[in-house]
Amino acid sequence: MRPELEALRRDAVADPTAVDRFVDGHSFPLIDDSTSTFVYRGEADSVRLRHWVYGLAATPAFTRLDGTDLWYVVLDVPRDSRIEYKIEVIRGDHVESIQDPLNPFTARDPFGANSVLQTDGYERPAWTLPDPEARSGTLVAHRSHSPALGRDVDLSLYLPARFRPTSRYPLLIVHDGSDYLDYSSMQVVLDNLIHRLELAEILVAFSNPQDRLVEYADHEPHARYITDELVPWLETEFPLVATAGGRGLMGASFGAAASFAVARRHPEMFGRMLLQSGSFAFSDIGESERGPLFAPIEAMVNEFRADPEPFSERVFVSCGTFESLIYENRSLVPVLQSTGMEIRYVEARDGHNWENWRDRLRDGLSWLFPGPLWMVYE
Amino acid sequence: MSAPGAVTLLGPQRLAPTLPDVVRAAGIDLQSSSCAPMATITAGWQEREDDDRDLVDALLGNTVNLRLYARAADIFERDTELTAAHSERGRRLRDLQSLYELRLGHAMDAVYELAERLDGGQLVDDEIRSALDAVRALDQRLLERSGEVIDEFVEQWRPAERDVVAAHRADVATILAESCGLAIAGGQVPTLLNRIHLLGVADHVAGLPVFAWSAGAMIATERIVVFHDDPPHGRRYARMFEHGLGWFPGVVAMPDARRRLHLDDPLRIGFLARRFAPAVCLGFDDGAHLVSPIDGGNSSSSERRDVIVRRGVLHLSDDGSVDELAA
Repeated sequence: MRPELEALRRDAVADPTAVDRFVDGHSFPLIDDSTSTFVYRGEADSVRLRHWVYGLAATPAFTRLDGTDLWYVVLDVPRDSRIEYKIEVIRGDHVESIQDPLNPFTARDPFGANSVLQTDGYERPAWTLPDPEARSGTLVAHRSHSPALGRDVDLSLYLPARFRPTSRYPLLIVHDGSDYLDYSSMQVVLDNLIHRLELAEILVAFSNPQDRLVEYADHEPHARYITDELVPWLETEFPLVATAGGRGLMGASFGAAASFAVARRHPEMFGRMLLQSGSFAFSDIGESERGPLFAPIEAMVNEFRADPEPFSERVFVSCGTFESLIYENRSLVPVLQSTGMEIRYVEARDGHNWENWRDRLRDGLSWLFPGPLWMVYE
Repeated sequence: MSAPGAVTLLGPQRLAPTLPDVVRAAGIDLQSSSCAPMATITAGWQEREDDDRDLVDALLGNTVNLRLYARAADIFERDTELTAAHSERGRRLRDLQSLYELRLGHAMDAVYELAERLDGGQLVDDEIRSALDAVRALDQRLLERSGEVIDEFVEQWRPAERDVVAAHRADVATILAESCGLAIAGGQVPTLLNRIHLLGVADHVAGLPVFAWSAGAMIATERIVVFHDDPPHGRRYARMFEHGLGWFPGVVAMPDARRRLHLDDPLRIGFLARRFAPAVCLGFDDGAHLVSPIDGGNSSSSERRDVIVRRGVLHLSDDGSVDELAA
């Protein structure tokens, strides 16, 4: 137990206001070099911490500080970590899952919002925040019908600031595009990285699935939509470089698997790949525990592991060390390297979430599509 | 090559333009009906060369853009033989840079690894000095070899004597002869530099006051050094690029220094300053400018540094400190 809590335990016996002073006088969670102490205040039968750090108990129980309504739980968390969590408050049969009332840091995702633990060393990168000096690109909405998918598809197209029809731009296609825009601040990131000259001026197509777990699981119609419909249309309508080195695919989780699948089905079409926390399950060394939705991906990854062939030129792979997919991603890297493709692999002390993916964008995008940082001085 | 009149180096102009004030302070009244236009070069903006409305407005509309990028494009379209040779020249220069960067990385690594021997005393200091000399020799070798490539191109292809080039050069000469000064904007360093060379600008600036910012300031000096202390990838060592125009000797111009350099890292700043000495490394951020009154290029470097006006210019010292040049 941290010394502050030890002291509070002693003080609270004689002074009921000691808890108030303790809560008012600290920032939570309490963080030191190697541990983080989560604190909840309130009446409850029990309190649990819900996090998604693979390898730790999923819902460690809080301990009530004797004679108070203060609860705490300690986790070993190293420096430079970022962990999303919720607090589960149990009263009778009712479980309430809430954000940490004592922690102002939150992160949004398609399911709502979580509290965020940031240990020493982690700082939100400045390039993920709006920069008034950066020129803003434009997002253009587009709807079209896809014969391959048999449905209408909605896209957002990012045109960089000062877009010129007479220039030639590389193209990046983003799976789960709306989520990258909403939860990974990707328009801000693109504006900033281009402004900082770290990223080439680029056209980005943010695409969205309908039935994600089907379309993104090595789905032939999805690949056909990307390669036979989307890319040809974009290259007709916009001034694009239109070579493998000027085309990229990216995605996270199933979106990374979808990118991998499309590129494997059409090697030499996409020279740049950005794969974040890919759902690269495999079952060639025993049955996978991932479930039936992963079956098409397992078959694809098994096949690739058995006969690795290059499908791109440069592949950037990232994964959080706190997510279960770290095993699959680490396993994939040497197989990717064996094909002769240029591979860059990055890990971070973070989980399977959109802000982890946001924080890796500078590293990935600037490596795949480097900007004129060294040669331009405006 | 002719020498310009007073040369003013400025910081970036996009967010906090000071060019109009600096031009006015130089005694040029662009508003006067008798004042000739200011010639401008925006070739560093490449295909955006003509997007110069802000610059034109800042100079009260009394400007004429030399359009070097467009002229070069016309040359490259019409003189295919020269275009091929120019491309080959560019390829060789890039190859030289690539080989240089490979060697530079190891040479600078050695400097920093020596610096980590904190308890080395004089013994290590001597080795650091020697290691920096090796880096300086590498820098010098790059300048010489790239100079050879450029000279070979000029000797073999004599661009000034080719019809299309000669016609454009004559236009440029005429415009410059009828201008009150020359303003060189920033942008992409190689493009800006080689367009200025190709169109013979330096032959026609005798006596003209020059105002150059960002990349323009870099190429106005003797040696162009490209730099960034926080790139997303790769080594962070400043690199020699090529000889500049030499209009402002004795200085290494470092635009946007606060953003691009770790000014709070005395080791890096000290090595930077020592590496390029006797030239002084000067940082030019928004609002900074430095005027040299001396023309002709006949003075020594130390004399040329005897500037008459300076504002907001950062001096990077060999002891690792960074101070504003005293007024």
